[in-house]
Amino acid sequence: MIEFFRHLDRRWIFLAMFFAIAIPILTGLTFPEDPSPMVRSVFQTVDDLPEGSSILIACDYDPASKGELEPMDAAFTRHCALKKHKIFYITLWPGAVPMIKKNIDILEDEFPNYKYGVNYVNLGFQAGQEGVIKVIVNELQDMYSFDDDGTNLDGIPITRDVKNIQQMDLIINISAGTPGAKEWIQYAATPYGIPMIAGTTGVGAPPLYPYIPDQLTGILGAIKAAAEYEQVLLEAYPEQCNNPRSRLGQQRMGSQLVGHLLIIGLIVVGNIVYFSDRKRGKV
Amino acid sequence: MNRCMIVWTLLLALGGAYLLARAVTGHMGLAYIRQRSFDAQAEFRGQIAEIDVQEQATQAAGMTLDKEKAERRNWLKTRLPAVQGIRWTSYDRVTPREQLNRNGQRDPDVRFSWSNTIGIWLAALGTLCILSFLYGDNVFYKLAEAVIVGTSAAYAMVVGFWSTVMQNLFGKFVPSLVRATVLPSIPESTQSEWIYIVPLILSVLMLWRLSPVGGWISRWPLAFFIGATAGFRLVHYLHADFVQQISSTIVPLVVFKTDGSVEIGTTLKNSGMVASVLACLVYFFFSIEHRGSIGRIARVGIYILMITFGAAFAATVMGRISLITDRLTFLFDDWLWWIDPIGKRVGL
Repeated sequence: MIEFFRHLDRRWIFLAMFFAIAIPILTGLTFPEDPSPMVRSVFQTVDDLPEGSSILIACDYDPASKGELEPMDAAFTRHCALKKHKIFYITLWPGAVPMIKKNIDILEDEFPNYKYGVNYVNLGFQAGQEGVIKVIVNELQDMYSFDDDGTNLDGIPITRDVKNIQQMDLIINISAGTPGAKEWIQYAATPYGIPMIAGTTGVGAPPLYPYIPDQLTGILGAIKAAAEYEQVLLEAYPEQCNNPRSRLGQQRMGSQLVGHLLIIGLIVVGNIVYFSDRKRGKV
Repeated sequence: MNRCMIVWTLLLALGGAYLLARAVTGHMGLAYIRQRSFDAQAEFRGQIAEIDVQEQATQAAGMTLDKEKAERRNWLKTRLPAVQGIRWTSYDRVTPREQLNRNGQRDPDVRFSWSNTIGIWLAALGTLCILSFLYGDNVFYKLAEAVIVGTSAAYAMVVGFWSTVMQNLFGKFVPSLVRATVLPSIPESTQSEWIYIVPLILSVLMLWRLSPVGGWISRWPLAFFIGATAGFRLVHYLHADFVQQISSTIVPLVVFKTDGSVEIGTTLKNSGMVASVLACLVYFFFSIEHRGSIGRIARVGIYILMITFGAAFAATVMGRISLITDRLTFLFDDWLWWIDPIGKRVGL
């Protein structure tokens, strides 16, 4: 048996991983989520704001990270709409424009009373990375004279009186890298004391933990936290339970569990092979 | 042809035949759109009437209309003459089940979309081409890789051109020209800001690199960009990372409750954090040889770093599984129609 695993072609492992992920998707396997204190804290940050608060949602990710970040992005959008907050979408990533459009689709389909230009606006993409944050923290229209459709901001009710993003009650950054959460912390949240929460990829979460709680109110790390956030949202707003789209993160957790079990199994087998070889003096 | 090749050829042929059969019978990978025609004045009048109705309702309840709604109605009224004659058609992607209305009859506004269907098939075949790298490097993978790199670069360039060069540079430098040609929504009141000649000149100097003579001129704007970027990054890094992070590490090592007893959880957390930071700093302090007690502390620092890397790697694995889950969900749902987690095809 050990000899079989020692010479196992890596393609069999890929095939095993394919089945480990595909079968839960095909069978619709999901598990109950128990939200962590961090996720509940992030939820409360959005929920405790008074109705009609201004929230900047910075979608700094592209289709390459969509699988990981789209569920939490959608959950934040739903939560803000349920609380009737004003949403300002923005991005420093050119590939994020379609991601914002997906959020707008959610608002149009599920919240028909939410009007573009009145309750939310899409400011779109601007080149310049963290330089954009540096400018809009003092003067929004120096970088964003128009929304994503080319309408002047002075002609849009929601943006007419916004001078800069210091007027935001909260920044929500969904980040897949640079520029992302770190830059928003460095150039907006820390120097101007704007409350901020972040949702990041799994690889991006550990470097952001040192910013909590002084510079970052809370963080959602990867798909697990997104699924937990959906659970808190469903508990607080039971009317969302009938909406299958509000469980996007939870639908993906079945594959996570089976995939992780396979990886743990492979690590154990790999170690058995290694120690067996060492015992025989082959290593 | 060896046995392995025959097996693969058979599998691919069977898979292809299955896909062809499902596609021909209209049971996979189809996309639909809803076509809607708009008249700007009718839309504006509809919104004004809606606010009027809301005003009557609020007045009947003894209240006044929300200020924002009143402002929006005024804005709509002032824009009404300017939008006369403006008509357009929108094509919104809809789910296959929306072909049928509530009575189960075909919705005449919903129609089959060739472009979106081709998009689904291209995305599916592109995904399979990329995943084929797991078996081994091949021409399909290289083709998909080249397409991704090319389209991403072109997309970023086009988006950057319209949002930055046209809106933020020429839109402010020569607003009347840009209004008359490509961006009619620039207000008449916008004045030329001559300061924008500086970034324009710097941009031209940067592009001078492509000139056969005087390529060295591009070093001037490059020097400016590097200097300016380094300057403002340094300031913010010092503030947000260096000073603030030191400040966040200065915490009480022993935390007492109001009744004078020790709060064990927070005490352990704070002490552990400070001890970990110090141990990691000792590991990166190379002016003293890592022997004796310094060596032992440095070794603890390594363990803490390893735990951190382990946590980061585990989170990365979770992220990678999420990505493949997303792609497989796309293949099974939008392309193959094997699953329907959000009810896109209910009733079909």
